[in-house]
Amino acid sequence: MDDEPLIIAFCCHYCAYAAADLAGSMRLEYPDNVRVLRLPCTGKIEIDYLLTAFERGIDGVIVAGCLEGGCHFLEGNLRARKRVERAKQILEEIGLEPGRLEMFNLSSAEGTRFAEIVTEMTQRLTELGPSPLRPRGERAERGADEMARQAEAALTGETK
Amino acid sequence: MIVADRKHVAEIRDMIKDHDRVLLVGCGTCVTVCLAGGERETGILGSALRMALKLIGRDKVTVDECTIERQCEDAFIDVLAGRVAEYDAICSLGCGAGVQALAERFPRVPVYPGLNTQFIGILEDQGVWAEKCAGCGSCRLGEFVGICPITRCAKRLFNGPCGGSRDGMCEVRPDLECGWQLIYNRAKALGILDRLESIAEAHDWSAGFDGGPRKVVREDQRIAGLGPNA
Repeated sequence: MDDEPLIIAFCCHYCAYAAADLAGSMRLEYPDNVRVLRLPCTGKIEIDYLLTAFERGIDGVIVAGCLEGGCHFLEGNLRARKRVERAKQILEEIGLEPGRLEMFNLSSAEGTRFAEIVTEMTQRLTELGPSPLRPRGERAERGADEMARQAEAALTGETK
Repeated sequence: MIVADRKHVAEIRDMIKDHDRVLLVGCGTCVTVCLAGGERETGILGSALRMALKLIGRDKVTVDECTIERQCEDAFIDVLAGRVAEYDAICSLGCGAGVQALAERFPRVPVYPGLNTQFIGILEDQGVWAEKCAGCGSCRLGEFVGICPITRCAKRLFNGPCGGSRDGMCEVRPDLECGWQLIYNRAKALGILDRLESIAEAHDWSAGFDGGPRKVVREDQRIAGLGPNA
C-alpha cells in the first residue's frame, strides 16, 4: 500500500540481524514494510548512509545494534549512536523530522523485541506521514531494495 | 591548522537556492583534519542540501560535490578549471582563504562559504579543537614559556593574571583555564619563575590586525617569469 511507511533497518550481523531471523523462525508478525540491511557491526554506519536513505525517499530508518557493552567490536554500537545523533541534528537542520531516524539496542535472542521495534517505528512513521522527499510517481521501494542489494553485495564481497 | 565548522544547512541553502547548478568544493587540507570540509563532510552536506532544497520546492537545483587537495593554492585549483564552466555557483567548504582563492580564480562565478572559519588551533581531544594562535605577526611565546597570552587569556593581558582568576579558572567561562595560571605553572615547573618578574613590554600590534591585509614576501624565492602570476 502506498500509505504504508517504508523503513530501512541497518542491522548488526551479530544481534539485530539474528534477532530478525529469530522473529521469522518464531513466526512473529510484524509489518512487512521494513527492508533489512545487514552490516558487520553498526560501527560501519556512516552519516551519509543514513542521509542517502532519506534522500532516496525512505520514510524512516532504524539502526539496530548490540546491547551497550556487548558489541563484538567493543565500541561500534557506541560510535553508531553518536553518528545517529549527528544525523538527527542534520535532519532537523534540513527541515525533516528527526524522529524518522532511531537507534535501538537489542541482543540476538530478542526476536520479539525486533518485531516490537518495527511495529513501534511503523506507528511513529504513520503518525508523521509519508516523507516529503518521496520520489513523485514511484514508490521509494526501488531505492530501498537497491540499497539493500548494494549493502549485501558489499558484505559478501561481490563486485556486482 | 585552521579550524572551522559547518554553517547551518538552512543558511547555506538560502545562499544557493536561486542558482540552478551548484558545485560544492571541499578542501583536503586543514578542514579535512578538523572534520569540517573534507571529502566526507562535503558528501554529507551535498546530500543534506539536495534534501533541504527539495523541501522548499527547489528540487531542480543540481548540487554536485568534489574535493581538491588544497583550496588556498592556485596550482591545486587548476583541476577545477574545466569543471566550473558547467556550474553557475560554487559553495566552498574551505576556510576563508580557500573561499577567496576560488573567488579570485573564477571571477564570473559567485562563490559562497559553507563553513565558519574559527581559528588557528590544535586537536585537544577527540572531536575537540582549541584556539592557540591569533596570528598576531609578532610572536612572543618565548617570553611566556610557550603559552600565548593573546589567545589563552580572555583579556589578552601581557602582565597577568587579573582578579578574575579563581582556582586556576577564568571568570569568563567555568570551563576556561586561566592563561596566566598556566603560564605561572609552567614557568614554575621549568624553574624559571624569575622571568615573570619583569614587566612585559606593550605588544607591537602594528604587525598584526591593523594596516590592512598582510603579506609575507621572500625575495629569494621570487624569480621573474616563474610562479602562478607569471
